[in-house]
Amino acid sequence: MAAIETEELSKDFLVGFWRPRPYRALDSLTLSVDEGEVFGFLGPNGAGKSTTLKLLMQLLYPTSGTARILGRPVGDLSVKQRIGFLPENPYFYDHLTAEELLSYFARVFGLRGPDVARRVSAVLDEVGIASERRLRLRQYSKGMIQRVGLAQALLNEPEVVFLDEPMSGLDPLGRRQVRQIMLRLRDRGCTVFFSSHILSDAEALCSRVAILAQGRLVASGRLSEILAFELRGWELVVANLSDELRATIAPRVRGIVAVAHGRFTIDLPAEESPDRFILELGRGGAQIISLNPLRETLEDYFVQSVGAAESRQTGL
Amino acid sequence: MRAIALVAQAVFKESIRDRVPYSMVAFAVLVIAASYLISQLTAGQDMKILKDLGLAAISVFGLLIAVFIGINLVSKEVERRSLFSVLAKPVSRSQFILGKYFGLVLTLVVNLTVMTLAFYAVLLYVDLTTDALLKTAWPAPALDPRLVVAVMLSVAELMLVTAIALFFSTFSSPLLSALLTIGLWVAGHFNADLRNFEAVLDVQPVAVVARGMYYVLPNLAPFNIRAEVVHGVTVPATQVALTLAYAAVYIVILLIGAIAVFRRRDFK
Repeated sequence: MAAIETEELSKDFLVGFWRPRPYRALDSLTLSVDEGEVFGFLGPNGAGKSTTLKLLMQLLYPTSGTARILGRPVGDLSVKQRIGFLPENPYFYDHLTAEELLSYFARVFGLRGPDVARRVSAVLDEVGIASERRLRLRQYSKGMIQRVGLAQALLNEPEVVFLDEPMSGLDPLGRRQVRQIMLRLRDRGCTVFFSSHILSDAEALCSRVAILAQGRLVASGRLSEILAFELRGWELVVANLSDELRATIAPRVRGIVAVAHGRFTIDLPAEESPDRFILELGRGGAQIISLNPLRETLEDYFVQSVGAAESRQTGL
Repeated sequence: MRAIALVAQAVFKESIRDRVPYSMVAFAVLVIAASYLISQLTAGQDMKILKDLGLAAISVFGLLIAVFIGINLVSKEVERRSLFSVLAKPVSRSQFILGKYFGLVLTLVVNLTVMTLAFYAVLLYVDLTTDALLKTAWPAPALDPRLVVAVMLSVAELMLVTAIALFFSTFSSPLLSALLTIGLWVAGHFNADLRNFEAVLDVQPVAVVARGMYYVLPNLAPFNIRAEVVHGVTVPATQVALTLAYAAVYIVILLIGAIAVFRRRDFK
């Protein structure tokens, strides 16, 4: 059974004050996410990612189409018992402490007595804010609120968790922690559906991704299918590159760019042997700093897909 | 029921930690205490003035709490998007609205209880420090239990006002909700004039519209029995019961309306 399914899901918003006309924020989205996978929902700003998540949480009603979670229609209270949701830029009650807020939500999920305190402590530890549990939320930083948001999404040990921009507002340490949490969720069989702008996170975490542009699905599939992982060339970083040596190699490389502290980045074509090149540079007195293969990244694919969708839209 | 109670508890906890109701209660207690000083300036009328001002302070500050917390109950949650996390949990939209309403009613009851206790403390002090001969001029004893009936009707009125504020806050901004709620409160106190509007303006269509508004708008005048209580006049129990029943019916209709609007809303 699919954990999440949408069929021809569309949403129009009315725009304009005097003569409101429909604006299509999401157009016929058909998507299926399997149980236990980490699914990345990607797209530029205004692509319709948050609209989709709100439709799945029934915070918005669709103009047409259907959506199901764990085989049941969205909005079903029995489904809500089994899912977690982190909204984009979450906001909670200012005057409550993190502990009080999470206890409230834990009771909403049906926990009682000592189970409430036990579960609240566990999620506070998991997101790394156990020591600030008795501070009022108005005193929290944006990153800490994001962690509270993540904690409340994990309270009921969900079977499916929806995270809208989970890395937003987090420092590098926080982002790493969230990545680890997502991987732990996957390992225990939880389906993770997350939207993000940060493609490196998606590349590191997802088994499958979908790319949305201007409300339409422009690509979806396994990362291994989407990205050919073909070698596109080599990136060589060197120091002490003399002008003569630079002039000698220039015709055989795709580019030489000066970077800081007298270092240069050399862009080698894939057909050029890096071993031979390194030997030649060494003989010429250059010092090799690093050598990296260049492959197609999710970012390249994203730019191509979104760019093509935008061109189609503008008719260029 | 459990979900409603949990939402109500959260509203209560959140609002008692907010400074607004505290400052309102503090100000009301100050006014009640000050009314004692004012009453000293009017020989023979002191107890009437004290009771009148005290009951008025409880009613007005209760109204301010009901309006200013009531209008924010839903619209602030929508604006700040704090309801997203709540509605994604096993809480239906109708449970959310009812929880919000009962949470604010609980806040109101606690605040009005504090104000009433302060009021009775001032009355007790006056009772203990007044000469027995002077007390004979009072139309009713200082600690008259009928005062509680007046406060009870104030609570019922404020529960109705809260339902109005909640209804408006499900679809409009806090400022507009406040204006509409206060507007309805004012109209509600002058509602009886609409019934016989043809006596003021002899234009039949206008009179019909005014008569229609009389039946639709809340009639809040019966909730104010301060004048009777201050003068020691007993209000018949049936009148009190009918007023409470009227409030209950009106509140149920408003809550059904609020739920109907809220259930259809999109939260962008």
